[in-house]
Amino acid sequence: MIEKSLKQLAQALAAKDISSVELTTLFLDRIARHNPDINAFVTVDCEKSLKRAAEADARLAAGTAGPLTGIPIAQKDIFCAEGWTTTCGSKMLDNFVSPYDATVIRKMEAEAGLVSLGKTNMDEFAMGSSNETSFFGPVKNPWDRSRVPGGSSGGSAAAVAARLAPAATGTDTGGSIRQPAALCNLTGLKPTYGVVSRYGMIAFASSLDQGGPMARSAEDCALLLNSMAGFDERDSTSLDHPVEDYARDLEQPLAGLKIGLPKEFFGEGCDAEVMAAVQAAIREYEKLGATTVEVSLPNSHLSVPAYYVIAPAEASSNLSRFDGVRYGYRAQDYGNLDDMYMKTRAQGFGAEVKRRIMIGAYVLSHGYYDAYYLQAQRIRRLIANDFVEAFKQCDVIMGPTSPSTAFKLGEKAADPVQMYLSDIYTIAVNLAGLPGMSVPCGFAGGLPVGLQLIGNYFGEARLLNAAHRYQQTTDWHLRSPAGIE
Amino acid sequence: MSLTLEQVQRIAHLARIEVSESEALATQGHLNGIFQLIEQMQAVDTRGIEPMAHAQELSQRLRDDAVTEGDRRAAYQAVAPETEAGLYLVPKVIE
Repeated sequence: MIEKSLKQLAQALAAKDISSVELTTLFLDRIARHNPDINAFVTVDCEKSLKRAAEADARLAAGTAGPLTGIPIAQKDIFCAEGWTTTCGSKMLDNFVSPYDATVIRKMEAEAGLVSLGKTNMDEFAMGSSNETSFFGPVKNPWDRSRVPGGSSGGSAAAVAARLAPAATGTDTGGSIRQPAALCNLTGLKPTYGVVSRYGMIAFASSLDQGGPMARSAEDCALLLNSMAGFDERDSTSLDHPVEDYARDLEQPLAGLKIGLPKEFFGEGCDAEVMAAVQAAIREYEKLGATTVEVSLPNSHLSVPAYYVIAPAEASSNLSRFDGVRYGYRAQDYGNLDDMYMKTRAQGFGAEVKRRIMIGAYVLSHGYYDAYYLQAQRIRRLIANDFVEAFKQCDVIMGPTSPSTAFKLGEKAADPVQMYLSDIYTIAVNLAGLPGMSVPCGFAGGLPVGLQLIGNYFGEARLLNAAHRYQQTTDWHLRSPAGIE
Repeated sequence: MSLTLEQVQRIAHLARIEVSESEALATQGHLNGIFQLIEQMQAVDTRGIEPMAHAQELSQRLRDDAVTEGDRRAAYQAVAPETEAGLYLVPKVIE
């Protein structure tokens, strides 16, 4: 059961080979056994999960089930779920039991009938690329437990990689779905900005944050995105875009697909073995009938600097709500109101979150706004325009997801700049608001390598098609780490 | 650009985060490293380029001026550190 695709699980449920309660119990047992070592989940509530599973079984029996009803899923702990502790990886929300559901949770649970297995560990407020900034301790990569799973959706990635869940949700502000997917041998999709509702998804950088699926295959991701996407009037930047079946084009042949290869992604700075795996994947695409063309994203080297102005600026504003008044942590001892704010935030936030709030406060402050914030927004336009030009020559852009395989726990934790540079290939996609995927494409030194696919706006179905056809002729995505039986 | 210790303390105050002297020193080192990365932007001539605030440049939607949410005050206040009679309690601000 633990190696089955979502479609196969749905068939098993429909055929009554297994009930949702049995399937959910199977995964909850695996979590109980393996999570103490991997630390992928921060909250598990068997009673709640089994109640949902029983409801799903009732829907299956009544013939009112959807294509995913009864399938268990892990939820990143950034999504508010009513009655569930929702921490966002922070001491600040350690005691926060959400009084409402995020739209993503509502759609997946109440509408699609998916069963939440629990909430997954993550970098604090999604600020990190290794999961080491979590208040609840680092997550271990199931492929090598001395290494990071990537971040910020590292708990979701490790949970699926260790087969503690068939699939998971993630969020991606600068690469937080794609990079952990690459480092844990998963398929992950960050949709076009505005496709998945942000309502109830705890905000980091609102103009960049986007939720999406993390699973083992493109087909699984397509089915999950069908359950997550859709216009939501509760999200002011949700796009009123016609409902799509993201699985509709999965089987389309790739003959004639034009793949753009940005020369900036194939130069220095990427591990040689990672690059070799990416090149081999591109040759495989050529065998499938695709052609390649060199394109250029001349401003892509500016994406990390611009991102580290824009994202912290938005974060400093978003995280001002954590003041110890309405929810979450409040310091024990304090004097006046200002002192309460200062001590609550000093004690409630971890070091990386504080750094980013402070960068944001600085770049937005009087006298620095034009030089930093406006300059970053102008560079954001240049980066987005580069993609517009590149997509005149190709249908899909490809390159590495991450410049290296999973690095050692602690290796980059003391040096924020080195950590930031691990997202060098993913950040530009968020700045432009485009959809992007990471797809398993081989191994380097025994560790997974991800191929990044970038599409034009609303190009999800095309990306999923390209990923799916590749997964029909390769088996990288089916490999599982040793010792997870 | 290099931030002084005094600037770091001022930023921390703007952000309402209490920092000790030793924390401020460590933060100063990290922030200066990050700003060194950010400074790469300054070499780019962006005259005439319109700032891009958002990936999808749409104007904000308007909704009807009608009540759409029910009263969930009790549920929302149940997660607050301190409340009384439907109000959030904070240290006294008016003498």
